[in-house]
Amino acid sequence: MDMEKISNEGIEEETIEVVKNLTSAYEAGFETKIETEYAPKGLSEEIVELISKKNDEPAWMLEWRLNAYRRWLKLKQPNWAKLNLDPIDYQDIYYYAKPESMKVKPKSLDEVDPKLLETYEKLGIPLKEQKILAGVEDTTVNGQRKIAVDAVFDSVSIGTTFREELEEAGVIFCPISEAIKRYPELVKKYLGTVIPQTDNYFASLNSAVFSDGSFVYVPKGVRCPMELSTYFRINAENTGQFERTLIIADEGSYVSYLEGCTAPKRDENQLHAAVVELVILDNAEIKYSTVQNWYPGDEKGKGGIYNFVTKRANCRGVNSKVMWTQVETGSAITWKYPSCILRGDNSSGEFYSIAITNNMQQADTGTKMIHLGKNTRSRIVSKGISAGRSQNTYRGQVSVHPKSIKSRNFTQCDSLLIGDQCGAHTVPYIDIGNNSSKVEHEATTSKIDEEKLFYCMSRGLTEEESTALVVNGFCKEVLQYLPMEFAMEAQKLVAISLEGSVG
Amino acid sequence: MLKINDLKVKIDDGAEILKGLSLEISKGEIHAIMGPNGSGKSTTSNVLAGKPGYEVTNGSIQFLGEDFNQLTPDERVVQGLFLAFQYPVEIQGVTNTNFLRTSINSVLKARGEGKMSPGEFLTKLKTKANELGISSDMLKRSVNFGFSGGEKKRNEILQMAMLEPKLAILDETDSGLDIDALKVVSSGVNSLRSTERSFLVITHYQRLLNYILPDFVHIMVQGKIVKSGAADLALYVEKNGYSEFLS
Repeated sequence: MDMEKISNEGIEEETIEVVKNLTSAYEAGFETKIETEYAPKGLSEEIVELISKKNDEPAWMLEWRLNAYRRWLKLKQPNWAKLNLDPIDYQDIYYYAKPESMKVKPKSLDEVDPKLLETYEKLGIPLKEQKILAGVEDTTVNGQRKIAVDAVFDSVSIGTTFREELEEAGVIFCPISEAIKRYPELVKKYLGTVIPQTDNYFASLNSAVFSDGSFVYVPKGVRCPMELSTYFRINAENTGQFERTLIIADEGSYVSYLEGCTAPKRDENQLHAAVVELVILDNAEIKYSTVQNWYPGDEKGKGGIYNFVTKRANCRGVNSKVMWTQVETGSAITWKYPSCILRGDNSSGEFYSIAITNNMQQADTGTKMIHLGKNTRSRIVSKGISAGRSQNTYRGQVSVHPKSIKSRNFTQCDSLLIGDQCGAHTVPYIDIGNNSSKVEHEATTSKIDEEKLFYCMSRGLTEEESTALVVNGFCKEVLQYLPMEFAMEAQKLVAISLEGSVG
Repeated sequence: MLKINDLKVKIDDGAEILKGLSLEISKGEIHAIMGPNGSGKSTTSNVLAGKPGYEVTNGSIQFLGEDFNQLTPDERVVQGLFLAFQYPVEIQGVTNTNFLRTSINSVLKARGEGKMSPGEFLTKLKTKANELGISSDMLKRSVNFGFSGGEKKRNEILQMAMLEPKLAILDETDSGLDIDALKVVSSGVNSLRSTERSFLVITHYQRLLNYILPDFVHIMVQGKIVKSGAADLALYVEKNGYSEFLS
């Protein structure tokens, strides 16, 4: 075994170190003190128009938003999830908040308010493009792989790195507010085609008021030369964040995309309602990874983000492929089901999930695999960990259309309970329309094994370190699907999220 | 080094298992506790290691002058105790190498010492693993996961060799071992013998003591030591059984 391998694998140990060094469990809970420009509180057609105007949008976009808004007015907030929350006052939220310093759009990151840049630095998000030597093809910087970042702060993107380098490869990676103006044909062609404005309550809301987010187009036959990522930061008080992401992988292309998110500690709940649409054409592939670390609220359940997110991939092309990987550690409420529509023949969808709830957190999360094409394949691996007095629900649907012959699904759903005041629930919906397809579902629920904890402690690990180690072992199968940098981050988060769950 | 004085221990459901155990182990000594099933041998090792589920109702455990009963299992390891488990536990998803490294660095940190460098760690690991016939494949696999009985026991000795305790308790380390594995495990233990390190070997059979020669042998019956002697006491028991010690 070589040394590098060990240092890469030495993650458990670092996990533990992080836990020990932390004075407060949620390290992203700081607030950036800046002047912020708000739209008036509440939601109305005027607000939708204002957001559209702020983004200097064409008329068709405003029309699209207003249609969504009118639809939303007719809908009721869904209540089928196993979530217990106070009614949300949609008129008591700011729908648009932008740092004053972003009033005049900076031409480059160098012109961005240092306080904003500092925020990302504090969060460990690299916003500097390292110099590339002429003629030397280099996909790493100081041994680290290059990652292009779109940094979204409250309602606006403050900048996107490596754009020129990506453009040379033909890849478009920019804020969606900009894509609407610069690439209207692409946006018109795909926006809302995976998740229509009418899809559900929160998708309609998002369609009406989304302010920014990321847009990615990978042209035919192009393998995106680096990882793309978006980092979402909520900073402003009483403000909702409504971002929209649209990724199109054209025929034979490949892209790996990561997203991360955090928010300051506050006693009030804040709403986050995002929409992510993925379009995958013939022989193309998208890997989409999320490390969700919104503020989870305090141990008594005060504060925290209400996270209502609609994510869906449409595998339109033959042999198209999508992989969702998510690590959900944050938010007071998580309502999220990244799904795959397997329309193209031989297309495949995978969903790997770790959902950790501690204290008073509630998560209702899972996926939908909709098999439409022939010989389509899907795989679901879900690991739920509940601690404290939290509730953790896996909700998943596997549906095989009569014409989707010879399709397969495998679902594995494991729940781990820490303590005796939390809950784990598994709600599968299975619907098979033909005889040639095969669907398998395995589920386990177990309490954290005291023998394992004692064994670890008998080797010198503290109780908390032992718990983190055992839980990381439990999650390993999913963690391995994350890009390396994220896997490290995720392992640390796993440990941090469980702080105070033992003893 | 270790001083157990009139120790009485109940398990959580109320039954008293240890009924006045006294034992003193000095630096560099090897003690063996033998006894029939149900005599409290494994309870002794569990209580020494600090396993939850036992209640000490009387007496004391002192290790290097410190009251052990107040310490958590990990704190006892930091003080220099090691328990080789009778049934080592499987931890899926955590590689053996990482587990060892985490363990060592946690202990070093708790002692206020610096981390072991990856290079030093690997060199040591390789040497010790070779001595115990542990393949690099076993080091890469999840802790004890899918290991054979013999592999698990060798793995325990590897952990012991890496942690270099002051006092090692071997709980029925010979159970489930064939003669070849027994020899490997014993030579691993013997290579760690020193004037600074003590051992407490808990076993049902005398066989192990042919390979790990004890300085003292204690016969444990119904929660206390009923007879102590030199190494030949083990041979006597092997020949005559425990019946004469059972009242």
